[in-house]
Amino acid sequence: MNAYNFAFLDEQTKRMIRRAILKAVAIPGYQVPFGSREMPLSYGWGTGGVQVTASVIGPDDVLKVIDQGADDTTNAVSIRRFFERTTGVRTTTRTDAASLIQTRHRIPETPLAAGQIVVFQVPIPEPLRWLEPRETETRKMHALEEYGVMHVRLYEDITRHGHVETAYDYPVLVNGRYIMRPSPIPKFDNPKLDRNPALLLFGAGREKRIYAVPPFTSVRSLDFEDHPFTIEHWDQTCALCGAADVFMDEIVVDDKGGRMFVCSDTDFCERRRGR
Amino acid sequence: MLLVEGLHKTFTLHTQGGIQLPVLRGVDLAVYPGECVALTDPSGSGKSTLLRAIYANYRPQRGRILVSHAGGKVDMVEAGPRDLLAVRRLTIGYVSQFLRVIPRVPTLDVVIEPLRAFGVARDEALERGRALLARLRIPERLWSLSPVTFSGGEQQRVNLARGFVADFPILLLDEPTASLDVASRALVVELIRDALARRTAIVGAFHDAEVREALATRTVTLHGAGAAA
Amino acid sequence: MDADRPLLRARGVTRYYGARVGCRDVGLDLWPGEVLGIVGESGSGKTTLLGCLSGRLEPSAGTVEFTGRDGTVVDVLRMPEPALRKLARTDWGIVHQNPRDGLRLGVSAGANVGERLMALGARHYGRIRATAFDWLGRVEIDRERIDDWPETFSSGMQQRLQIARTLVTEPRLVFMDEPTGGLDVSVQARLLDLLRRLVTDLGLSAVIVTHDLAVTRLLAHRLLVMRGGEVVESGLTDQVLDDPQHPYTQLLVSSVLQP
Repeated sequence: MNAYNFAFLDEQTKRMIRRAILKAVAIPGYQVPFGSREMPLSYGWGTGGVQVTASVIGPDDVLKVIDQGADDTTNAVSIRRFFERTTGVRTTTRTDAASLIQTRHRIPETPLAAGQIVVFQVPIPEPLRWLEPRETETRKMHALEEYGVMHVRLYEDITRHGHVETAYDYPVLVNGRYIMRPSPIPKFDNPKLDRNPALLLFGAGREKRIYAVPPFTSVRSLDFEDHPFTIEHWDQTCALCGAADVFMDEIVVDDKGGRMFVCSDTDFCERRRGR
Repeated sequence: MLLVEGLHKTFTLHTQGGIQLPVLRGVDLAVYPGECVALTDPSGSGKSTLLRAIYANYRPQRGRILVSHAGGKVDMVEAGPRDLLAVRRLTIGYVSQFLRVIPRVPTLDVVIEPLRAFGVARDEALERGRALLARLRIPERLWSLSPVTFSGGEQQRVNLARGFVADFPILLLDEPTASLDVASRALVVELIRDALARRTAIVGAFHDAEVREALATRTVTLHGAGAAA
Repeated sequence: MDADRPLLRARGVTRYYGARVGCRDVGLDLWPGEVLGIVGESGSGKTTLLGCLSGRLEPSAGTVEFTGRDGTVVDVLRMPEPALRKLARTDWGIVHQNPRDGLRLGVSAGANVGERLMALGARHYGRIRATAFDWLGRVEIDRERIDDWPETFSSGMQQRLQIARTLVTEPRLVFMDEPTGGLDVSVQARLLDLLRRLVTDLGLSAVIVTHDLAVTRLLAHRLLVMRGGEVVESGLTDQVLDDPQHPYTQLLVSSVLQP
């Protein structure tokens, strides 16, 4: 028995969210306010992402849900089950088989294709919030392109640490116009945002904002001419599949400090291992 | 060069019941390049007032003060602030009786300020300033100090240096040798003579008869007939 | 540039607060390189006037025009907000009485000075830092403190930092509201000297609101004396201070203590 509407939300709510999504797609990187609903999970656990997914998912979609790159962590499992129960759509762990991917904190290693949609879970959407607590003021700053302060942030990092310390949720300039927070993905994943063939949607439930990066849109990570943007590197390769140039998790294996590095993207790793 | 016509200046002291002090009552004066006009009235008769009025420091009630400036004539009584500032920068120099000291500015900087306002480059200005200070026998070790601790005579010589460092076509001198000893007075007389040789028009109040005799091409008493002698 | 157009021209600037007069029918012309002092006691309307001139307060009547670098004249009061904000960051500077109103306290001194540059598109860390370093020296802040937070500075240093932050883009017109207010006397003196030097070296124009006549004597070429929202006297600074005409001006001048 299913007492809920398809994908939990009522149709009017989905319509409202889709309108917000359309506006977001029309203005890449611009944060569109939306009427965030109460969801059966707490704020901070992906309510924004879930609402976006619920608004775009259809019976023919194939859904993948990952959390920090893994399909099998608690959160990923819970959200996937939620959608299985409220929509009955097919789910998968394979990136290349999914039409819709909801993710927390990572972009899959497997390159995305046109026609795919990725939904990101966003805690704090406002990149200027670190410096300016007033919403009225940050809206004006975006409207007037008063973005000097973002570089102030980077300047401070370089001053204090010799390099930009921000390792995730690294601010980007979208379509040469709006500065956006790409959600807490590692900066390693930032280059994947640039001119990606997939549609990238971002939902913040508690903050009630939706934004988007349409396919093939330019996304540039902020930097200085003499301190250009760089991504993380590991000397090791994945202990399981041998991949290099992927984002890796460091796993402690025993009490003596033994550790191994494995791909954070579980699907990618499995497929390399032929499974 | 400088023409004063029918100048009236009365001070009204509102804070003291509104009493009025008429100081200048219809003064006429004409001064030409190369002339040194000495005002010979006794103290308190308005010599300083006239000099200040010409400089537009005091505002007369009636009359005209025409000054040749930048190829034309400016009436210091009627002119707006912008023109007055331009005249002060380029045409009229004024050496007051007392040096107004800003405590932290070194003497050399005080002296070259008029040159800098004139647009002279800093290096050249410094050179000219140094030369003049040396000529007025201000010891070199004092050049980088503020004049605030100098003796009256030294301050006055700094004041004079500042007045003479730029070649103003018109100079107003209010008791230029007041606190100076005999040797310094002689230096100042030389300085003024050189300015006159450069065709500067000078109006001054000279208390010291000797100095007056040495320099004045003409003497004027403001409240005799009120006209140039 | 121009010899014919004033940098800032105001006519008939009037601002009421309900029935109360803030300022009434004030006009002025400010030319490049001039410093205009506006003096008066509390409630004289000087701060209101400054607000109207800088576009931060909307007057009840009057016009304010500013001549830009390329000679175009803009109507300050009718400018769209984005343009006004941009002007405030580039050609104009504002020095607040309380430096904390004009600084970012949570960010280093160097970043404070560099922010305007970064806002205008500067993208070379080394050069931004070098400029900030240079400016700290110019305002006599120990350059080694470039990475310190302004919260750790004394109020005099904070004020000097505010000045550096404002002047780094070499604005042509600076509005100052009691720039030495709240500072110790010796600190004030140092700050005034600095302002004096910068005004001369950079050819700045400035409008300085103050109740302190000594500040005007030192910094201003011209003076407006305000009382009850109206200008009661105006002229060259030395004219107004040495030969005050209006009874109120005479009162003001005679009230100043001479140590």
